[in-house]
Amino acid sequence: MGAWRLLGVKMLRLPDFPLPNGRGRFGPYGGRYVPETLIPALEEVEAAYLEAKKDPAFLEELEHYLRTFAGRPTPLFHAKRLSAYWGGAQVYLKREDLLHTGAHKINNTLGQALLARRMGKKRVIAETGAGQHGVSVATVAALFGMECVVYMGEEDVRRQALNVFRMKLLGAEVRPVAAGSRTLKDATNEAIRDWITHVRTTFYILGSVVGPHPYPMMVRDFQSVIGEEVKRQSLELFGRYPDALIAAVGGGSNAIGLFAPFAYLPEGERPRLIGVEAAGEGLSTGRHAASIGAGKRGVLHGSYMYLLYDHDGQITPAHSVSAGLDYPGVGPEHSYYADAGIAEYASVTDEEALEGFKLLARLEGIIPALESAHAIAHAAKVVPEMGKDQIVVINLSGRGDKDVTEAMRLLGGEL
Amino acid sequence: MTTKEAFAKAKEEGRAALIPYLTAGFPSREGFLEAVKEVLPFADLLEIGLPYSDPLGDGPVIQRASEVALRKGMSVQGVLELVKEVRALTDKPLFLMTYLNPVLAWGPERFFSLFKGAGATGLILPDLPPDEDPALVRLAQEIGLETVFLLAPTSTDRRIETVVRYATGFVYAVSVTGVTGERERLPEEVRDLVGRIRAKTPLPVAVGFGVSGRATAAQAAVADGVVVGSALIRALEREEPLSPLLAEIREGLYPKEPV
Ligand SMILES: Cc1ncc(COP(=O)(O)O)c(C=O)c1O
Repeated sequence: MGAWRLLGVKMLRLPDFPLPNGRGRFGPYGGRYVPETLIPALEEVEAAYLEAKKDPAFLEELEHYLRTFAGRPTPLFHAKRLSAYWGGAQVYLKREDLLHTGAHKINNTLGQALLARRMGKKRVIAETGAGQHGVSVATVAALFGMECVVYMGEEDVRRQALNVFRMKLLGAEVRPVAAGSRTLKDATNEAIRDWITHVRTTFYILGSVVGPHPYPMMVRDFQSVIGEEVKRQSLELFGRYPDALIAAVGGGSNAIGLFAPFAYLPEGERPRLIGVEAAGEGLSTGRHAASIGAGKRGVLHGSYMYLLYDHDGQITPAHSVSAGLDYPGVGPEHSYYADAGIAEYASVTDEEALEGFKLLARLEGIIPALESAHAIAHAAKVVPEMGKDQIVVINLSGRGDKDVTEAMRLLGGEL
Repeated sequence: MTTKEAFAKAKEEGRAALIPYLTAGFPSREGFLEAVKEVLPFADLLEIGLPYSDPLGDGPVIQRASEVALRKGMSVQGVLELVKEVRALTDKPLFLMTYLNPVLAWGPERFFSLFKGAGATGLILPDLPPDEDPALVRLAQEIGLETVFLLAPTSTDRRIETVVRYATGFVYAVSVTGVTGERERLPEEVRDLVGRIRAKTPLPVAVGFGVSGRATAAQAAVADGVVVGSALIRALEREEPLSPLLAEIREGLYPKEPV
C-alpha cells in the first residue's frame, strides 16, 4: 500500500482504502442524503478530490504545508510514568496535540483548503463545536487568503470563548447559531444551508468524517496521515505494529485517521481498535453522545449512520463535557467498523474523562483536550489488563489549553 | 381528485395550479386546521409539512414553525390524525412533506401505509435524492403514494434525467439556489429550469421556494403549478388573515391578464 512519506522523504501518495464504494457507501452506511441543489456540488468536489489525489503537485504542496506549517510528523511518545502507574501494557501517545492550532484538525483543513484553492473557490465555510475545527479553518483561510465564515452554536460560543476570539483574530467571521440545541449539530445545519445558498462560489470545509459523500472518505484520507505515521514509527521503534489503538470518537475523524491504515489488514495482523464515545452524565440518563453505544441507524447531515433520535426520528441533542464530542451521530465508516467487528466502541462519562484529564497532566506533564481525555480514561480500564510487553497507542488528538477555563469551573474545589 | 386532474383543471382555467404549504401543528393544532380551511378554497393541491428537528432545506421561517409545532407536542401520530381530518374536508391531492429520518424511525413500510391510509396522495422528502434509495421509492409507490422529487437550478440535464425517472405525480422545481423563504424576485433562470425539466418528463412541474406575492407568483407561473409556503407561515406568525395574500398570489398565476 502506498503510504504517506512524511519522515523527511517526499510523500508519494494518499493511501487507497477498499471502502467506500463508488456511491460513498461503507456497507449500508454513508451516501448522499442532501437536498438536490447540493448534488452537483458534491459530484464536483468528489471529482476534483479524486483528481488531486493523483496529482504529484497537489500532494507535494500538501506535504510541504503539513511539514513546515502544521509541524508533521508528530512524535510517538513513550508515556513511561503512565505505563508504570497502570502496570500493564506500554503506553505510547501519538502527539497530535503538538500540531499547529493544537489538534489533529489541521491535517484535514490544509487538505481541503488546498482543494478549494485548486477548484478556484475564494470563500470557505465551516461548522465548529469546540472551536478547534473552526480555528483550524480560520487559520488555513488566513494562510491562503480566503474569505472565511464559521458557524458555531450559541451554547458553544459561550463554552469556548477563547476559540471564538482566536477565529476573529485570524480574520474569520463567526456566526452564532441560535436554532435547536445551539451546538455542533445546529451549526452544521446552518453551514449546509449556507452552502446550499452560495454553492457556486463557496467550498464547505467539513471537520469530521461525517456528512455526504465524498466528505467521510476525503476527511479520512487526509487524517490517515496519523495512522500511517504510527505504522512507520512502530516498525522503527518496536519492529512491529502496536497491539491496541485507542482514540476518542466524536464525529470520528481523529479515530479514523489512526484506525483506517490498520483497519483493512487481515484479522490476525490487525491491532485491537478501540473507539471511545462520550457517555456524558451516563448512558442511562439520556444525556450523552454515544451514537454507537446507545443510538440507532438513521440519517443526519447527508449520511446514513448510527445516530441519537427519538421514536419519531427527531434528533435528540447530544451531551458531553467536551464540546468536540457533543454530536448526535458518528461517521459511516465507524458505523461499518462497529457492525463488522473491525473496531470496538466503548464510552466514558464526563467524570471519568475529567479524571483522565488530571491524570495525564500530573503523570506526564501534558494537559490533553477534554476529547482526548476520553481516550485516556478508557485506556485506564484496558491497559492494566494487558501484558507488560504489549504496546498501546493512544491518540492524543488535541491539547487542553482551550478547556482549561471549563475544567477550572468543573474541578474548581478539587485541585 | 387525482394530481393529474388537479393540474388539468387549473390549466383549463388558463392558470398555474396553486399549492399552499402549511406546517402541521403550527401555530397550534387548531390553528393549523383553521389555516387549512382558509387556504382550501384557493388550493388545487395541498402540501402538509411534518415538523422535523433538523430541517436542512428550510430557511428561518419554516424552521421556527417546525420548532413551535414540535414544542407544542406535534408528533408523527398527531400529523397522521391531522391528515385524516384534512382528508375529511377535501378531495384535493394532499402531499406530505418531511425529512427522511422520521420515515426511517417508523419503518418505511409502516410510515407509508399509515399515511396512505390517512388519505395522503404523495410524499416529498427533500433530503432523499431518489437514486440514493431506489427500493424505498419503489416501496412508497407500491403502497400507492406518489413520489415527488426536487430539482434545482444547479441540476444538470443528466441529473434531471435521473431524478424524473423516479418521479410520479409532479416534479418540484426549486426556484433558487437556497433554502425555503420569501424572496422579492425569483431569478430569471427559473424559466430555463422549468424548460429543461419539461424536456425530460411529461409530468406537471411546480415551482416553489421564494413565492411571496403577485410578482413572484407570476414569475413562477411559467410552470404548471406554484408552491407557496414561507409567506403563508409568516402571515400566520403575524396572526394576519391568509385570504388576501392568497388572492394576490392567485392573480399572479395567470400568465397573461385573464380575458
Ligand atoms: C482535540 C479534539 N479531539 C477530538 C475531537 C472530536 O472530533 P473527531 O471525532 O472528528 O476526531 C475534536 C473536535 O472538535 C477535537 O477538537
